[in-house]
Order: sequence, then C-alpha cells, then structure tokens
Amino acid sequence: MKPSQVTTLEGNEAVAYIAYRVNEVCAIYPITPSSTMAELADQWASEGKTNIWGNIPLVVEMQSEGGAAGTVHGALQTGAMTTTFTASQGLLLMIPNLYKMAGELTSAVLHVAARSLAAQGLSIFGDHSDVAAVRQTGFAQLASSTVQEGHDMALLAQASTLEGRIPFIHFFDGFRTSHEVNKLTLIPDETIRMMIDAEQVRAHRGRGLNPDHPFIRGTAQNPDIYFQARETVNPFYAQLPSIVQQKMDAFAELTGRSYHLFDYFGHPEAERVVVIIGSGAQTLIETVTYLQTQGEKVGVVNVRLCLPFSAEHFIKVLPATVKAITVLDRIKSPGATGEPLYADVVTVLAEAYANGTLPTPAIPRITGGRYGLSSKEFTPAMAKSVLDELKKDKPKNHFTIGIDDDVSHSSLEYDAAFDIEPDEVVRALFIGLGADGTVGANKNSIKIIGESTPLYAQGYFVYDSKKSGSRTVSHVRFGPNPINSPYLIHSASFIGCHQFVFAEKIDVLENAGHGATFLLNSPYGPDEVWDRLPRSLQQEIIDKDIRFYVIDASKVALDTGMGNRTNTIMQTCFFAISGVLPREEAIAKIKESIKKTYGKKGEDVVKKNYIAVDQTLARLYKIDVPKEAKGTIDLPPTVSSKAPEFVQQVTAMMMAGKGDQLPVSMLPIDGTYPSGTTQWEKRNISAFVPIWEPDICIQCGNCSFVCPHGVIRSKFYPETRLKNAPEAFKSAQINARGFPDTRYTLQVYVEDCTGCNLCVEVCPAKSLQQSGVKAINMKPKEPILKQELANIRFFESIPFNDRSKVDFSSVRGTQFLEPLFEFSGACAGCGETPYVRLLSQLFGDRLIMANATGCSSIYGGNLPTTPWTKNAEGRGPAWSNSLFEDNAEFGLGFRLTADKHLEVAIQLALELKGAVNPALVDQIIEAPQATESQIRDQRIRVAELKAALIILDTEKAKDLLSVADHLVHRSIWIMGGDGWAYDIGSSGVDHVLASGRNINILVLDTEVYSNTGGQMSKSTPMGAVAKFAAGGKPVAKKDLALQAISYGSVYVARIAMGANPQQTLLALREAEAYPGPSLVLAYSHCIAHGINMEHGLKQQDLAVACGHWPLIRYNPALRESDRNPFVLDSPRPAIKLKDYAFNELRYKMLSRSHPAESEELMKLAQQVVNQKWEIYEEMASGSGSRFHPDASVKQKSKK
Amino acid sequence: MDFTTNYMGLKLLHPIVASAGPLSGTLDGIKRLEDGGAAAVVMFSLFEENIRHENEAFSHLMESGTQSFAESLSYFPDVDSFHVGPDSYLNLLRQASESVEVPVIASLNCVTGEGWIDYAKQMQQAGASGLELNIYSVEADLDATSEEVEQRYLDILAAVKSTVNIPVALKLSPFFSAMGHMAKRLDQAGADALVLFNRFYQPDIDIQALEVKPSLGLSSAGEIRLPLLWIALLHGKLNASLAATRGVEKPDEVIKYLLAGADVVMTTSALLRHGPSYMTVLLDGLKAWMEARRFSSVAQVRGGMSRSKVANPGAFERANYIRELESFQSAYI
Repeated sequence: MKPSQVTTLEGNEAVAYIAYRVNEVCAIYPITPSSTMAELADQWASEGKTNIWGNIPLVVEMQSEGGAAGTVHGALQTGAMTTTFTASQGLLLMIPNLYKMAGELTSAVLHVAARSLAAQGLSIFGDHSDVAAVRQTGFAQLASSTVQEGHDMALLAQASTLEGRIPFIHFFDGFRTSHEVNKLTLIPDETIRMMIDAEQVRAHRGRGLNPDHPFIRGTAQNPDIYFQARETVNPFYAQLPSIVQQKMDAFAELTGRSYHLFDYFGHPEAERVVVIIGSGAQTLIETVTYLQTQGEKVGVVNVRLCLPFSAEHFIKVLPATVKAITVLDRIKSPGATGEPLYADVVTVLAEAYANGTLPTPAIPRITGGRYGLSSKEFTPAMAKSVLDELKKDKPKNHFTIGIDDDVSHSSLEYDAAFDIEPDEVVRALFIGLGADGTVGANKNSIKIIGESTPLYAQGYFVYDSKKSGSRTVSHVRFGPNPINSPYLIHSASFIGCHQFVFAEKIDVLENAGHGATFLLNSPYGPDEVWDRLPRSLQQEIIDKDIRFYVIDASKVALDTGMGNRTNTIMQTCFFAISGVLPREEAIAKIKESIKKTYGKKGEDVVKKNYIAVDQTLARLYKIDVPKEAKGTIDLPPTVSSKAPEFVQQVTAMMMAGKGDQLPVSMLPIDGTYPSGTTQWEKRNISAFVPIWEPDICIQCGNCSFVCPHGVIRSKFYPETRLKNAPEAFKSAQINARGFPDTRYTLQVYVEDCTGCNLCVEVCPAKSLQQSGVKAINMKPKEPILKQELANIRFFESIPFNDRSKVDFSSVRGTQFLEPLFEFSGACAGCGETPYVRLLSQLFGDRLIMANATGCSSIYGGNLPTTPWTKNAEGRGPAWSNSLFEDNAEFGLGFRLTADKHLEVAIQLALELKGAVNPALVDQIIEAPQATESQIRDQRIRVAELKAALIILDTEKAKDLLSVADHLVHRSIWIMGGDGWAYDIGSSGVDHVLASGRNINILVLDTEVYSNTGGQMSKSTPMGAVAKFAAGGKPVAKKDLALQAISYGSVYVARIAMGANPQQTLLALREAEAYPGPSLVLAYSHCIAHGINMEHGLKQQDLAVACGHWPLIRYNPALRESDRNPFVLDSPRPAIKLKDYAFNELRYKMLSRSHPAESEELMKLAQQVVNQKWEIYEEMASGSGSRFHPDASVKQKSKK
Repeated sequence: MDFTTNYMGLKLLHPIVASAGPLSGTLDGIKRLEDGGAAAVVMFSLFEENIRHENEAFSHLMESGTQSFAESLSYFPDVDSFHVGPDSYLNLLRQASESVEVPVIASLNCVTGEGWIDYAKQMQQAGASGLELNIYSVEADLDATSEEVEQRYLDILAAVKSTVNIPVALKLSPFFSAMGHMAKRLDQAGADALVLFNRFYQPDIDIQALEVKPSLGLSSAGEIRLPLLWIALLHGKLNASLAATRGVEKPDEVIKYLLAGADVVMTTSALLRHGPSYMTVLLDGLKAWMEARRFSSVAQVRGGMSRSKVANPGAFERANYIRELESFQSAYI
C-alpha cells in the first residue's frame, strides 16, 4: 500500500474528495457554503478524474435542490451510486425525496455543510438548523467535527449505507469546517476500495429498476397496510449503529484513525460532562484537556452518529461518576421542550433509569443549552462557562452561551479573557482588502507550511458583508501539533494590517497578544509612520509591548508591476519576521509556490512575483517604538452623531465589527429594520472619484443614469440659493429653455463612490481644448475631500426637484429624481444596480419590492447597512426577501393584498361616503393615477380622507384607515437574477406571468449565478465558461422573452442600459404602466463575466450590436389597436458575436483551454444569433393581428 | 516558363508570397492562401507583448473580485489545462505545416531577449520552414541612440540564428540613417533574407474628439517606391535574399519589384481586397508580361532594373527634386 499523503485542504474539498471517488452520479445545485463540493466534482469530471471504479462520475447541475433530489432519487432507484451536496434551504427543498429515499431503504450519502435557516433573517453561516429540520425523514445522520473527520466520515457513511441500506446525511459545520483549511492525511484509493464492499455495490445496483426483471416501487398504500409497512424498516435502524461502529473499527485498522459512535474525552471519573455535535466538540476537548490539568473532573461526549441515536452506545461512554450533564445544541427549536440532542439525551437517560441500565447511581442532572447559531463564536471561555455552570446546585437550563440575552435572561456569562492556546502555536491575524490578495496569500502560506514542513497549519477566513471594498480577516495558526481550534484568534502573536486605512479607522490590535509582532503596510516610511498612527493605537503598541514593522507594500507592488496585489509582498514579510520558518528556507518555499501557483498563467507573472519577493526584504523596517504615545490623531466615530438612534446604537456596533456584543434587547423582534442606513456608512473605499467640470458638461444626465452606487446626483434651483454656497460649490446655468436664473449642479458623493469609472466612460462631453478631459473625470479624492463634504452638505440643503416638474420620459430628466436606492455594497461598477436605482427613482415612493435571494438581495438587504431608503416625506420602497425559489409567488402575494385591500378600501369608502366628503370619495375612486401629478393629487385626497376618518372615529372609519393607503396605486415589482428567473423560480415566474395580474418582474440577467460565484444557469449563453460548464455551455440560453410573449397578455421587454438608455427608461415605464403582468429582462454586466468592470457598459453595447441581446418591447396593449405589439428596438447586428464575446474571460477562457471546442461553439452560437434575429425581424413586421388576442388585456385596458 | 524562385534557401514555385496578415490567422485561411496560389505563406506575427498582456489580463480577471465575499470566493472554474503563451499560435503553425505543401514561415515580434530565443525555438519545433523576425518598435525613447538601436537588431539576429537552423529573415523598418550599411551588417551577421519594408504604426489625430487614432489601412501602389528604391540599391550586393513587401495592387508592382531585384514579392492588401485567389491574377499578369517580352524565367527578370544593371544608375541615388529640376529644362530648347 502506498504511504498516506499528507496535504492541506478546505473541509469541503476533503469531503468532496471521497464523495467523488465513491459515486457514479452527482446531481447538484449551488448553495453556500456547500457549493465548493459540487464545483470540485464538476471540475474533476471535466478534467477526466475517475472514481475508484475507474470511470468519470456524471455531474449534472439541476435547476434547484428539489430537482437535484429528484435526480438523485431517480439515479439511485436505477442502481447508480449517487450523491449530492447541499445546505440550509437547499436541504429543505429535498425533504419530500428524503422521505422517499429512506422509506425505500436506498443506500446513499448526502453531504451537507450545515447552515442556518432563514427565519427572522437569512444567514449563510453555520449551525445545525438544516439537518435538525430533516430528522424525521428517516435518514441517518453522521457528523464531523474537523476537516480530517469530514474526509473520514464521508467514507464511513458511504460504507455504512451500503451495508445498512439506510441513507445518510453526512454533515459538518458550514464555514467553520467547510471553509477551514487544515492539514490532513488523505485516504489512499486502495483503502477506499477496501472500505467499499464491491458485493454491496453490486447489490445496490441489483435493487435498481430493471425491465429485465421488473417490479413496482412507489405504490400508493391505503389505511390497511401503510402503517405496518412503515414499521418494516425498524430492524435496519436497529442494526445500523453496530454496522457504523464495525466500519469505524475496520477503518481504524486501515488508517490508525479510530472513531466511535460517541467519543468520550476527559477525566475517566468525570463528574461534569458536556454532550455536543460538530466542531464545537473540539473546543470542548481543548477546554476539558486544560481543565483536567487544573484538577477538574470534566469530560465531553462528541456525538458522531446523531441518528439513529444509540442509547446503548451512549450510556456506555458515560463515566459512571457523572453527576451533571449539559447538552449543547447548535439549533433553536422555538416552543419545544428542548433542542433535539437535549431531547434525545433526556429520553435516553430517563429510559435507562427506568430500565435500570443507567451506569450512574442516580440519574444525572441534565441541562440543555444553545450555542453557535449562524457561526457565532464558541470559544474555550464559553466552554468553561458551560462546565462551570454545572458546578452549581441549580444550573441554568435551556440556557444560551455566547450572547447576552437580557430579555429572557437565558445566557450564561463567561470570562472572555480565558485563553488556553499554547504558546507553541503561532497565531497570526491578517487584515486585508478583498482585492489585495491577502486571503489567497494566507491560503498559500498554509499550503507551504502544511505540505512541505512537519508543522501543522490551520486557516479560517472572515469576510465582510459588502462585495466591493470588503475587509477580510484571516485567522491562521501554525504549530508542531495538530491544530483543531474551531474559533477565531483572540490573542494573536502576529498581526498583519495590509491596508493603512484600517489602522486609521478600527482598532487593528484589539486581538493582539502581549509581545505580538505588528506588520503594517504603510505609505509612510519608518521615520514618519509613528506620528501618523491614531494615539490609541500608539498606546496599545506601547502597552502590549508590540514589535512594530512597516513596509510600503503598495509601492513595492507598483514598482514591481504587481498593480494593487500586495499579497506576495506581505506574505514575504510575514515569513521574514514571524519566525515560523528560517528566513531563507521560507523565501525559497515562497518562490517554489509562486512557480506552482502562477506557472500556468505564464512565466511573466511568475517573474514579477519573484522580483516582488526580492525587493520586499530590503524595504521592510523595524520601528523603534517611543515610550510615550503623543499622537494627535483619534479614531473617528463609526457613524455621524446625526444618525438616528437605532443606527448609532445598533447599526454602528455591527459596522464596527462589534455586533457580537449587542444584547438581545437591542435587536428587532421580527426581522424588521429601518430603511436607508447605507448613508451613514461612509466607506471611503476609492482613492479616486469623479470630479465634475461644469463648463464642459452638457447636463445630459448619463453619468447619473449609469451610476451603480447612486453617488452622482443633480438638482436645478433658483440662482438666489447660491448666496450661502461654499466657495468651491460648483454650478452652471441650466441648459434648458424656460428656466431663467436657474442653476444646475451635479454633486458627487465622494465618500460613497467606489471608483468604478462607469460615469466617465459614459460621459459624451469632451473638452474642446484639452485632450482626454471630459465633463466628468476621475481624480484623487484626498485633495478635494474636505471641500466636497462642505459641498455635499450645501447640496443637501437644496430640495430635490418637484417630481411633477421633472420629465420622466428622458434620461436627462431622471437625473433630477431622488434615488431611493443608494450606496449599496455591490461590486464596484455593478451592472445590476443602475437598473435598481433607476426603478427607485421612477416609482420608489410607492414601490413595494419582492426580491429573490441572490446578489440583489445581498447588496439590497445584507446587514449592517442597507441601501433602500426613503424621501423627505418618509416614503420609499418597502422591500422584502422571502426565499430564492418562491420570489414570484411572494410578489404575487403583494399584488393580491393590494387588490383586495383596494377593493375593501373602496367598499368602505362608499359605505362611509355620507359621513365624510361624498365628492372626495368619488374623486378618490375615479381619479386617474397615471402621472406623477395625478398621484400627488390622489395622495392629497387620501390624506384629506384619512383626516376625516380620524375625526369620525368609528369602527368602520378605523377599518378604512387601516387600508386607505392602498387608494394610492402601488407599484409592485418582483426582482431577482437569472438563477431565480430561469432556473429555481422558473415555474413561479411562469405561473405569475400567466396570472394576468398587474405585477412587474425585473430580471437582472447576468447570465450566471453571480452571488454564489459564477455557476451556469439556463441563461448562460452557448460557448461561455461557467462553473458546471467548464467545457463551455453547449446549449443556447433560454429565450425567456419569447416564452412570455407566447402568452399574449404579458408585457415583455429586453433592455440594456449601456446600449440604449432611453429604451431602458421607456421599457421600465411601459412595464409599470401596463395593467397586466410585465417581464423586463435587463442585461447586467457582471464581475463573473471576467471583464474590466469599467467597460461594462461598452460590453452591453456590443452585446446588442452583435445581436446576442436584441432590444425588444412587446406591448399587448398595442394589439388592441391592431398595431404590431412586437417592437425591435435595436438595429440589425453590425458586428460578429465573437467581437463582443472575446472581450470577456468567460468566452476567452474556452478558446485557451479548448480551442477547437471554442471555435465550434462560437460558430454555432453565431448561427443561433442569426436565426434568432430572423425570427425577431419576422415578428416585428406585419400587423398586430398576427399575434393572438387576449381577453384579460382587453378587460384591463377598459378599466 | 520557369517561375521557380529561391527565397532564403526555400525552393518556391514562383516569387509571389502571402505576407504576414490576418488571412493566415486560421488554418482555413492558410489553406485558402495555398489554394489561391501563394508560393509561400508568412503567418501573422506572434507578438510577445500581446502574450504578456493577455497573460496578465487572464491572471487579473481570473482573480478579480475573488476571496472577498463569503459566498463567491471565485467566479470561474479552476481550469487546469489553460493554454497561455504562444500555444495557440504554435498549434496553428503545426497544423498548417502539416496541412499545406507550400512553406509556412512564422513571424515573430518580441520585446525581450528570451522571448526571441524561446519563441523562435518553439516555432522551429512546430514545423516552420523559416522565420521572419518582425523587429518592430517605435523608438520613442529620446535617450536611445541609433547605435543602440542598430545593435539591438544585430543582437536579436545573432541570438535567433544561434538558436535555430531554419532560415531567418528580418523584416526591417526603413528608418536607418545608413540603410545600406545596416543591410550589409545584417547580411554579414547571417540574415538569410531582408524583408523591405515594414509598414509602421503612424497614428492620426481626431480633431473633433481630440484623440489619437490608430490608423493602418491597406497599402496602395504609391507606397512601393521606398522598398523599390532599396531593393534596387541592394540587389546583387548581399548574400541575403530580398523580399519586397508593401503596395502590391496589380501585377505591375510585382514586375517592378522583380525588376528592382526582389527574390520574392509579398502581399496582403491585394489579397484582402480581392481574396486569396487574386494571387493567380498577379501571377497571370506577370506571366503575360514576361511572355510579351519573351522572358523565359523569373531569374532573367530579377534585378534587370537594379542599380547595378539599370541604364542610368544615378537615377536611384539623386534626390527627387534634383531630377525634377533637371527635367524642367527641355533637351530641345
């Protein structure tokens, strides 16, 4: 047998490594944090890697987890070894099939990166809510608590299911284990083969459906036998624990790694024991190990086989001396008598007591508690607190640990300073920007140490809530012994701050231990840097006796052609001063790894990195720390003192990274949060911002129209207003007739700008004298920041222009409409958010939005701050996200409420007509609400009615008051990405479009699952590479527009702002005005296309010019006047598809990886474009009678 | 009638060759050039700078936005078999060399010493019949002396010649102070052919947009004069073959170049205008002209009007304005 290979892997890869080898079919669907497993399976398949039987598993991406489960079920029922990977809501979508698979005793393993479920809010992070929600399905559940265990248990589950026939869910903690990088020993293929019984595999195949010896499975059963039949499986569950243990024993023989259904660690005569599942067990093992050295009799039971829960095995591992047990669940079961594991343990002990099989003289005291929901930290300090609580005569039951529950007083207190990490472990924290490569460098360092030295390494990475300018914190440990500390570093021996701006804004040494080394990337040299630090940071450096180093890594990167990638430079510094490895050896290993990492990207990239490494050491300085902190700089407050109370007390804490400290009482009870909080988070993420040149500007509004972040705003106002303007405040005479003495100002909110440059790209006005100067140009922010802040203050004192006086029908006019979606955390230059912002400008004050989970729900609703805001009247978009799959239906619910409550309001108004103003009621009911001024008039009337109703003060008047707002028409929008509209929510979208109801659907079509990292959707075009389509998508994208048009009653538009902004505006307004269902497909360039985002609008233009994205509008209302409802808004293709496509990495990649396939697919894709265009041209010609009429449109139009 | 020609040791059926251009960008294009009648095909130039740029762009775009947000730590599948560098060019060269009968000459433009050596070696391995070094750079550095520029040409030639054993041609710019001497030095340094001349990037200015506009149209017959002059001057003085390129519109230009002393005449513009089969028109025109004048071989035509053979060799040397002034005076008055 070959020696076992030691490597470093992420938990997901460690699991997928096994799953791939022991299966023939993988039916998959992306969901965080499990997506990587599916992606790897697909990648390995595309690379031709084989399973243990020498064949390449079939990997199929489905349209949803429900679809994946159905496919898994089908493949299993026909005898293939089949798996899938999922988490959270994904697992919930599989529930119906889980029952089927278990009921049919189907050997299979599903691998779950366990994650929270969306309740009061969505969370992508880890806990056991999802696996707990499927406990009734009949699946066995096997848990892993480390990366190595994930690898091992994946195999043990597979071996056990083949013999025991009960299907397994193998789970491990989402993010904490799925995304932790750790050193592990791989199981050789020979060992895998020895664990997987070939006879049992053949038996599994033999149980499959086969017309050569047919049978029926999946019958409908009646009261006579269903019950008994359900009981037939009992012996299989009864014997499963023994089977799993036998497999564990066999595995131990083969690998030396020994596991049990319940593994007990601790004092053999422990009096206090904690029972726990998952990574938290490792924290307890560490804590228990330490406390034993302090003479405490404590222990922990690590539950591996959670279901079926073997009472016999559990009782056996409990020390007979145990007096008190606490059971920790990473779940909340509101209203239950306790969480599931607690309930299991209580039941088992009570039954054992009753049966007389309890090893202890009396039944131990049992308590239960909750910990770690949504990856909440679970540290040794918390573990100790849990154990300490058991010392009490009356320990708290149903407690929480890790939070401050000042409402129900469930929480245990703990001493956060309790630290048991051994000194031999180097504990390093690296604070970086997403864009600077810090995380990549650290993963690389872990690989270097873990794979080429005897040392052990662990890495865990924390990301923030924004997609642009996001902060990353890497928690990295190195040491001579295996490292299984599943919690963040709180006492670091090394802190690397990779961006100086963090040192100015946050307490970067908060988690530095005494005597730690601090490495700062600083634009200020060794002589200047000290005076540039905030005084509090200086004091901390002195107090903690910090060894302080600086390097201008950004300058080194620039000088060596690395751009803004400071990763290699900071990594070199770390190795040079941390002492993890001898310096020379470390440098040699870095270079070796550079060669390995960048080799395939070309010799050039390798060389640049080498040069950067060599130049780094000469420019790294140790600072002599003064004895006193005399700095004059203070850390700025997180938010302005003008912010609302909630923002100051709650949001600001989250923004400062101190959300963990917020007590329960501070948080909203039902997930309701105030709108418009991004305005308080001045992120200042771009050093370059657009500067307006009033003399060149033609006031077209294009820059404001395309700004993804809502930072460019315009107002016109009487010249007299300028009286108190700051000196630097810019304005120009408005260039419209009929506005004498009126000035125009275009103001850039420089602190909120991401520097994406789209505004400059789109600006058509160029200086007549100076080359390269436009009406808006990117310039350094620092010199103008102060004056611009004063300008913004003054600009905000000017009221927004009256909506009824703004020309909604022109791009130019829309710049004067207040954006009610601003400063989102989307990627810099995002292609989606300009549409979203525009929608908020057009209809925001009466907009209600159902948002499918995805990018738009994340930049739209990810705390701490959210971009949907309100106007001075307090009106603005009301926004909610239900799920990924149900958004269309969710939005239809909004419509039904609006329709019903309008009906109720009208009915009540008519009933109360005599008691209030009859003429007013008539007007309210009959007044048109098509234009802004009509809506404004209606608002005035409704306000009058409400005032009258308050005076009336009857039951009916109160009823009408509760629904009177509906008398002003609402604009109901359903929004999401193509993953939702084309795939998982497709049937809902289809059904809602067919409903005939007045709803508007906006699909932000990036042609790929953007939020989960670039997986193929049915919108992905032919020839493009995406995850799950590594070989290029062979099928053309679905034409959702034609599908919707086929109903005849749906308004359909395909828009691309970068190609024709006016058509975009027209289509959105027509869609909203159309009284039936509308579908607008918006081309959204995306970082997942592999483009320079500042060229996003240009790519939109090319997408239209080549015919890939023909601009269309289909307006059923035109059919009524026998006009052709189908309007083709873009000209005949003027360029070839490849002239657009090959500007994007998603297409270009294939031409490099598989040139022949790329050529073939592009040829076919061009044919598709040509033929589609012919169809569209054909549709656009002729009269409206060619399209079938629709009764619902006729009826609605009459209304 | 004998059209055969020897170009830097390559035996060609006739003297008309497809020069480096977009038609050789695909295997199909190269086959069409052969079918159209080209005696040899010079492939489009492989630009090292483009490869470097593309590598960097790929690397940047692959990593852009990654490792920043917990849900989307990357955006593309990690494709192992990524072909960066000259792979696609070399694959095409390999396929072309195997698919067509006529010699395929690879063209190379590099910016680093190792680039010239590495790529030249790989092109030879991929089956190139010869190499054309397209040494093309705008010498915008005001501190770069003419000696340094000339030495760079010689160094590149020496480096490549020491690396490969297939014939090596140099495509030159006309902007040498002492073009003749430079040609001689290159000849002495072992150049197997000189290709006269490269058409230089000469951008235009857009006076509306105030932007510099790249401008490189198809060449026209008026542009043959400079190469014609130097081919006439150099013919018979060097061991290296001479290739004329630029300005071929009709058979007339082919004939003129041959008369001046070119071993081969290259064209892309005419083929782009009329299609690869226009090669036959050029050849037929040459044939008709030769028949009318009873030439039996191209060798007889070649150099007939070169400086060493022309009736009035001074005409090639005196500057144009003198001739104009001289001709201003009628011999008869």
